Amino acid sequence: MAATVTALPLAGAEHVAMREAWGQALVDLAGRYPDLLVLDGDLANSTRADIFAEAVPDRFFEMGIAEQNLLGVAAGLATVGYVPWISTFTAFLAKRALDQIRVVIAQPHLNVKLCGSYSGILTGKTGKTHQSVEDVAVFRAMPGVVTIAPADAVELRSAMAAMMETPGPIYLRLTRDPSPTIFPSDYTFRIGEGVLLRDGGDIGLVGTGTQTVRVLEAADLLAAEGIAASVLHLPTLKPLDTAALVALADRTGALVTAEDHSIIGGLGGAVAETLSEEHPTPIRRIGWRDTYGESGPNDALLEKYGLTARHVADAARDLLRTVR
Amino acid sequence: MSVAETRAGPSERQRPRPSLAELRELSAEARRLIIRAVHTAGAGHIGGPLSATDLLVSLYFDTLNIDPQRPDWPERDRFILSKGHSSIGLYAVLALRGYFPIEELDTFDQIDSRLQGHPDMTRLPGLDMSTGSLGQGLSPGVGMALGARLRGLPFRTWVMVGDGEIQEGQIWEAAYTAARYELDNVTAILDYNRLPQFGWPDPGGFTRERPIDDPAAKFAAFGWHVVDCDGHDHQSIRDAFAGAVAHRGQPTCVIARTVKGYGISFMEGDFNWHAKVPTGDQLTEALAEIDRRLTGQDGGEG
Repeated sequence: MAATVTALPLAGAEHVAMREAWGQALVDLAGRYPDLLVLDGDLANSTRADIFAEAVPDRFFEMGIAEQNLLGVAAGLATVGYVPWISTFTAFLAKRALDQIRVVIAQPHLNVKLCGSYSGILTGKTGKTHQSVEDVAVFRAMPGVVTIAPADAVELRSAMAAMMETPGPIYLRLTRDPSPTIFPSDYTFRIGEGVLLRDGGDIGLVGTGTQTVRVLEAADLLAAEGIAASVLHLPTLKPLDTAALVALADRTGALVTAEDHSIIGGLGGAVAETLSEEHPTPIRRIGWRDTYGESGPNDALLEKYGLTARHVADAARDLLRTVR
Repeated sequence: MSVAETRAGPSERQRPRPSLAELRELSAEARRLIIRAVHTAGAGHIGGPLSATDLLVSLYFDTLNIDPQRPDWPERDRFILSKGHSSIGLYAVLALRGYFPIEELDTFDQIDSRLQGHPDMTRLPGLDMSTGSLGQGLSPGVGMALGARLRGLPFRTWVMVGDGEIQEGQIWEAAYTAARYELDNVTAILDYNRLPQFGWPDPGGFTRERPIDDPAAKFAAFGWHVVDCDGHDHQSIRDAFAGAVAHRGQPTCVIARTVKGYGISFMEGDFNWHAKVPTGDQLTEALAEIDRRLTGQDGGEG
C-alpha cells in the first residue's frame, strides 16, 4: 500500500538541481560508508560527480571516455567489497554499456549503483544522442535490476541512502535541471513503495521522476474545473507497487500515466501490463510516443512532445468523457 | 619436490610445487577430461580449451595462490577466463585441482549444472567472474587489481583473453586504463592460437588469417610490459608468469603462442574444431594420441 505524503505547494517551491544534490549526497554517504567509490566516464563536471571528486579525491576514479570498461571495472571492484557508483549520462549507461551491465553486473548481481544523469529529454539542448527515453524499458526488462526515478532532491537523497543499504545493481534515473521540491524534508523513500500525494475520487494520475511535478500541476488544473484527481507517485519502477496501483484503480476507475520516457516499456507500459492482469482499468499514457528527440529549450520540448501539465489534464478529461 | 615458493592458501601451506613432468601429466589428464566432457555433453567448444590447457594447468597448479577448500578466501589470486567459451578447459583444471568432484564434469552443459556453457560465478564457487560475451573480462580484472591496491591486499589478478577476442574494443579500453593506473598486479594472458571461430578466409585449406597482427606491439603501445612464451611448454610458461609477477610499474601481457586443438593432430590448426563434438571413434583416437604423444617417461613433447 502506498505511503501518503502531502506534497509541498508548488507556488514558491524551492528549485534544486538533482545532479547537484546527487554529488553532495555522495559526499555525505562517503562519510558513513568507507567502501563507497565513484567511477566517472569523463563527465564529472556535468553529472556533478566533481563535487565528490573535490571532497573525497582518494575515492574518485576517472575512467575516461570508455563506458564499457567503466562498467567492467566497477564489477571487479564490487567483487572486492567496494560499492561503485557510476557517473555518466543515461544515454551512454543504458545503451553504450548495456551488455557489460547485463553480463558482469546484473547476471552476477554485483553491488554496483548505476546512476544515469541527463535522463529524459531535458538535457540542456543536447538533442537526440544525449536524450534517453528507452532506459527504463531497458532496465525493467533486465532481471534483478531495481529501477528508481526520484521526483526531487529530497526524495533523491533518501533513495540514495536506501540504495547503500540494498545490495545489488540499482539503476537511479536522474535529471539535469533544477526542479521544484515537492517532498517535505522528513520524507523517507522506500524501495518499491508508491506515494499518494493527493487523494481524489474522479480519476487517478500516476507519475514518476520529475514528471510527477507536472502531474501535480495537472491535478491543480483539473481541480479548478471541479475534477478531483488522485496523484500517485511511483519512484520505483521495478519492483512496481502493484497494491498501490490496484487500490488507485479500484478507487477511481480510470488512470492517466505520465513520464518523461517512452510510453513503450516505461511507466505507462508497466502500469498497463500490471493492471491488465490485476485489475483491468481504462488508461491513457502520456510520454514519448515512439519517436526520437531534438535539441531545444525545455519548455519547447515539453510542449512539442506532449509532456506538459496541460497535456496530462487534457488526457484526463478525454478519458473521463470516454468512461463516464 | 620443493615446498611452494609462493604464498599458499590457509589449507595448503605445505603443498609442494609440482615438477615439470607432473605438470605435463596434469595437462594430458586435463585434455582427456575436456574431450570426454564435450563428447558426453554433445556440445561445447574444444579447440580453444585445448590451446589453453597448459596455461590453465600452470596457473592452477604452479602459479596462483589459491585454496580450493576456501574459494572465497579474500587474499586468493583471481583468475578470469575472458574467453569464456573455453569453460570446459577451466572446469577440467578446477576439478583436477579439487574444487569439485571430477565426475561432475559429466554434467557440463546439462540443465541445473554448475558447469554452464559459459562460466557463471553465481553457480560455481571458484569462478571469480562470469564471462562469455567476448572482450569483457579484462575490465573486471582491472577493477580487481585496483581493488587489491585500495585494500592493501597482496593478491594478483590474471585474465586469459583470446586473440580473436582482442578484436573487441573494450579490451583496449581496459588495457589503457590498467597502464594509466600503473597496475602491476594484473596480468593478461593471450592465448595466441591464431584461429577465431570463422575468421577472414585465407586462400586454401582449413587455415584462416590470424585475427590480429602483432599483439605484442599493440599491448606495448598501450603501455604494457610484454613477455612471450611457448604456451605448450611448462618451463616457458613458468618463466613468463614469473616475469609478470616480478615486473613493477606496468601491467604485463604474456603472449602465449599456442595451437588450437593442441594434442589431437586431426584437430590442430583446423578452425572447424572451434566447437565440434568428437564422435566415439574420434574420442578413442584422440585419447590414444594423448597417451602416445603427451605422456610417458620422457614427459611428452610439450
